[in-house]
Amino acid sequence: MPEREPIIDVHDLTREFTVRRKGRGPLRTRSTVAAVERMTFSVQPGESVGYIGANGAGKSTTIKMLTGILVPTSGSVRTCGLDPVRRRRELARRIGVVFGQRSQLWWDLPLRESFSILAAIHRLDAGAAAARTAELVDELEIGPTLDTAVRQLSLGQRMRAEIAASLLHSPELLILDEPTIGLDVLSKQRLREFLRHERGSRGTTLLLTTHDMGDIQRLCDRVLVVDRGMLAYDGTLPGLGATVGARRVLVVELAEATADLTGIPGAEHLSSEGGGMRQRLAFDARTTTAAALLAAVSARADVRDLSIEEPDIEDVVSRIYQSRR
Amino acid sequence: MVSTGWSSPYRAVLASRIRAQRAYPTSFALDLASSLLVGLTELGEVWVVFANVTVLGGLDLDAVLLLFGLSNLAFSLADMVVGHVDTLPTYIRMGSLDAFYLRPLPLLAQLVTSDLTLKRLARIGVAAVALAAGLLRNDIHWGPQTLMLLGVALICGTAIFAGLFVCAASLQFFLVNGAELTSSFTYGGSYAASQPASIFPTPLKLVFGYLVPVAFTAYLPTLAILHLPGPPLLPSWAVWCTPAAVAWVWLTAMCLWRWGTRHYQGGGG
Repeated sequence: MPEREPIIDVHDLTREFTVRRKGRGPLRTRSTVAAVERMTFSVQPGESVGYIGANGAGKSTTIKMLTGILVPTSGSVRTCGLDPVRRRRELARRIGVVFGQRSQLWWDLPLRESFSILAAIHRLDAGAAAARTAELVDELEIGPTLDTAVRQLSLGQRMRAEIAASLLHSPELLILDEPTIGLDVLSKQRLREFLRHERGSRGTTLLLTTHDMGDIQRLCDRVLVVDRGMLAYDGTLPGLGATVGARRVLVVELAEATADLTGIPGAEHLSSEGGGMRQRLAFDARTTTAAALLAAVSARADVRDLSIEEPDIEDVVSRIYQSRR
Repeated sequence: MVSTGWSSPYRAVLASRIRAQRAYPTSFALDLASSLLVGLTELGEVWVVFANVTVLGGLDLDAVLLLFGLSNLAFSLADMVVGHVDTLPTYIRMGSLDAFYLRPLPLLAQLVTSDLTLKRLARIGVAAVALAAGLLRNDIHWGPQTLMLLGVALICGTAIFAGLFVCAASLQFFLVNGAELTSSFTYGGSYAASQPASIFPTPLKLVFGYLVPVAFTAYLPTLAILHLPGPPLLPSWAVWCTPAAVAWVWLTAMCLWRWGTRHYQGGGG
């Protein structure tokens, strides 16, 4: 039983859209499509939750309902204990939201000014605002860009600025929609490190949608998978792999060209390269072990080197999708 | 920079908009020049008409200057302060509207204070000069009543046009590319306001007198200031109902705005 009130509490949440099909006169039809369907989950304060799913699965619609931008068709939603639509302004003081593809900054002003305007919008005390800005600027390493107009920032710089802007009023809940989209490896790395630190030091609850499984692996201790508007999985990341029986892959480098290693119990031959010098075998960790598989391979060929590929999480998600269809 | 009071967030945004426009002086100067040109063209139009006739709809050139000055000053003031609300479709496309939803302030107040179109100062200048000329060239009996009429006309006229801009913006929640249609409403309304309404056929008199009550911004005040009677449907004493016209426009504007934002939250956008 949860001891505290959940920071996000969603029950039977449904959102339908009316789609008009093109046509003339009686051919023109309207149909209703559910973007989110009977979704139920809750998030406790301090949790870090990854919200994943394909494009159009209903991620953004859910976030818009959590933040009061969209009205649910049915079901209930409570964010920070508030009805997001009725108490939007009150909620806005307690949450921070970043839409990766959209900006909350003033594009034609130096970054510094966006921060001071946002401080005024959130009615932060001048001293507190200055201290918080300095802290975020330092941690996100955006000091050198403070006097640059936002439109001239690189994507990585802008994203860090967006996150600083959303955290200026020290929200309890930070919602990030695709925070690392389009960022290079180094920028992603720095952003993830910052978010881990922010969460560790302030206990900020984190909800993020992403297509980047590195984000989930580095940042989240819980995963929600949404498929066609419905919740397909709710649990830990390793648990997700186990649920769908995600397979690991054993890659062996052999001493000489060998015929395809088929017929090994519990393993499936995936591919051969270099005339059979390098072969890939998939196996399910629940039915066999890497050691048993290696022994079986060694009995048939001379193994020079080996490596094991862990399940690719994108693959795991698509397997979830397939198993539901 | 300690900021307190309810208006401080809005002042912070507006001050930043002014700084942003000052940051690009050449572009701002060009904007001012084009805005000046538009204002002068409209004034030139009046000139062309009165080169051919001496009286139009019961008003002579001097009276029409007063009419033009009043309507244009009110319109360009409203345009400067709230005119940018008709860029709402751009805000929706760029996601700025979603950003507004995520701030602890009322949406319409954020939209109105999201910009201050200073280039309109040029048109305000043209209108002010026309108004001054109109006031000087007409034979006006100056007294408290005239001053009051003038003040009410400018304040209420600006409020009426501002309300029309908000109506137009609200409709854009429903129309995908509705800027053309809604501009006919605002800019068309402004054009109608600068004409002597007595020349309109009855249906137009009713439309611009009562439905989209731009006759209250300039025509009726001009009649009252010059002590002219006016046509039956728009008698000059109706000028004292101007606050009611403001209330009507803003009531409509707020209903449309509410309806529009609900539609947006309903996901139509």
